[in-house]
Amino acid sequence: MNFKLKDIGPQLMTVIAVVLVFGFFTYNAQVNMENRGIDFGYGFLSQESSFDVQFSLIEYDGSHSYFRAYLVGLLNTILVSVIGIFFATILGVIVGIARLSPNYLINKFAAFYVEFFRNIPLLLQIFFWYFAALRALPLPQDAEAMFGVTFLTIKGLFVPAFIWQNFNIFFYSIVAAIIAIIVIRYQAKRLQETQGKQTPVLLISIGLILILPLISFLIGGVRLSFEVPVLKQLATTSFIYEGGVSLPPELIALALSLSLYTATFIAECVRAGIQGVGKGQKEAAASIGLTPNQVLKLVVMPQALRIIIPPTTNQYLNLTKNSSLAAAIAYPDLVLVFAGTALMQTGKAIEIVSITMLTYLSLSIAISLFMNWYNNKIAIQEK
Amino acid sequence: MFKYLKQLTSLVAMVTVLFTFTTESMAAKKSKTLKNTQKKGFVRCGVSQGLPGFSNADAAGNWTGIDVDVCRAVAAAVLGDANKVKFTPLSAKERFTALTSGEIDILSRNTTWTLSRDADIGLTFVGVNFYDGQGFMVRKSSGITSTSQFKDGISACTNIGTTTELNMRDFFNSKGIKYEPVAFEKADEVVAAYDAGRCDTYTTDKSGLAAQRTKMSNPDEHLVLPETVSKEPLGPVVRQGDSVWEDIVRWSLNTMIEAEEYGITSANADMMKTSDNPAIKRLVGAEGEMGAAFGLDNEWNLRIIKQVGNYGESYKRNIADTGILPDRGPNELWTKGGILYVPPSR
Repeated sequence: MNFKLKDIGPQLMTVIAVVLVFGFFTYNAQVNMENRGIDFGYGFLSQESSFDVQFSLIEYDGSHSYFRAYLVGLLNTILVSVIGIFFATILGVIVGIARLSPNYLINKFAAFYVEFFRNIPLLLQIFFWYFAALRALPLPQDAEAMFGVTFLTIKGLFVPAFIWQNFNIFFYSIVAAIIAIIVIRYQAKRLQETQGKQTPVLLISIGLILILPLISFLIGGVRLSFEVPVLKQLATTSFIYEGGVSLPPELIALALSLSLYTATFIAECVRAGIQGVGKGQKEAAASIGLTPNQVLKLVVMPQALRIIIPPTTNQYLNLTKNSSLAAAIAYPDLVLVFAGTALMQTGKAIEIVSITMLTYLSLSIAISLFMNWYNNKIAIQEK
Repeated sequence: MFKYLKQLTSLVAMVTVLFTFTTESMAAKKSKTLKNTQKKGFVRCGVSQGLPGFSNADAAGNWTGIDVDVCRAVAAAVLGDANKVKFTPLSAKERFTALTSGEIDILSRNTTWTLSRDADIGLTFVGVNFYDGQGFMVRKSSGITSTSQFKDGISACTNIGTTTELNMRDFFNSKGIKYEPVAFEKADEVVAAYDAGRCDTYTTDKSGLAAQRTKMSNPDEHLVLPETVSKEPLGPVVRQGDSVWEDIVRWSLNTMIEAEEYGITSANADMMKTSDNPAIKRLVGAEGEMGAAFGLDNEWNLRIIKQVGNYGESYKRNIADTGILPDRGPNELWTKGGILYVPPSR
């Protein structure tokens, strides 16, 4: 009995302390809010928001509810995070490998990039890309067309919109190609394990992903046309592009600065991962007759990934949380739309800040869970 | 010997405590904010992050503006010195939380008085120190001279967390115009983005437009359109629940406006003590007990007028002479064709 108490005693005390601290703050907030005549409640979420948002992935205007405004902000946060993670990963891997290049110029250039971008505060970089780089962009009427149909202006990037006919058939053709590739890869692996035969999987895959959709165009009745942005005059010197898809400069500046900043950290993770694989591994692999490509693919990368994944997960989390700096440059993310405008219009500070914190927590946990799953998948399988 | 000394000390302490309690007036006892302010020795005042004419700090950190003068008036009334104010610059987003959480005691930051703000979020508006309305600024080169020339696709820069954001939607919706709202957290960022050509128009209160125009790289290239699309009565705000403090702030502002009405200025306030008009004598503390109800002495209003000046002086010093809005428009006294009209101090 005594032994048990000794075991759970400290834990019990910790729990009680935590409950007391939380209880104190909750009670304190309640009393103060009551004294100041502030109501507490989440009922405002269903009220009409009556403010508009610049950029939204779902249909939204001021006649929708605050909850919908929350979704708009959340989706915008996810969008910029996904774009940021995508480009930061690609750039990070390239720069990480470049830092190990024997070529002096590539090596030093990569090192310079990493040291430069990771040592300047992110907020400054965002301001630089938005306020300095943006000012250098042309006004819509002066913009040079890229490929004749795309315009990069101070008011954003205007690209043609795809207009599909029978899009579902095209979509199925892609799905079919992907399934076929998975099956072929599986077969190829078995063939190699049982009979030692090599199959050119990559070539077959590329062929499939090109040919199946092509067939859908030729005989499936799929048609693709473009809606090209057209210059429209608003006033003597004020123009805008209409039609097509417009990406606001705020999104571009934010995604760019997040990617460039986070890529430096990912590059260091990648470099550490590759350098962490013992030299003996490569030499052993070469000695049994593997080609340099096979050495990288079959021996070095699987071991390097185990070192790279956990710190890279941290960088993904950082990027997602850093995206909240969007408020500084008017990109309508969760913090600007919900913890900014909605908070101001309703005055529900505690409710809105708590929802926002929970949301970021959930986003981070979701990324963590996914990366942990991936990490486990590539970890050494103890048999 | 030591035993007696100990007893003596505690007796002195008790008497001191009793004395403090009895000299404190009823009002001061009721008003926690007033008591705290007198104890601290300065008024905690929330202002903007820099809006010329309303609240703006110079290079040396001295705040000026008509919003700043409201806080200075309260400091003169309560503490006897208009300079005993601690200014906290706040963004539009932070301002109400700063007030309700008790970080500041007066919010004097070109804030629009609306029903939901007054009733919903634990705030009380005490009056109006500037009658404003929302307007639009455009580049002169655009050729736009009226909001009726706005077309679908126009982009409008503004601040988040303001009534401007809501009015803008009402305005464009009623005209059936599709627009792109670009909302920043700080006014300086709005100005920078508009100045760079990111937006076709910049919308906020007209006084704000006039003040921010002076910050543009070339002010003459910009034009404030004549239309006013909303009512924006701007005024100081206090926390709900301290009616004495609320009254002090309200009547400090009223004193400034009424002093202008009776021609009392910072220069002639002392001479007005011997005036024949009882209304004037009340405003300079020479008749009646006008401060007792707040727990203040009788010359609280005289100090406001002497140290800060009347409303007209404040307007001239901060807004007219700086070239922001030389014409007082609706902010002229009711006796001179404006709508400034305050209840009498009696």
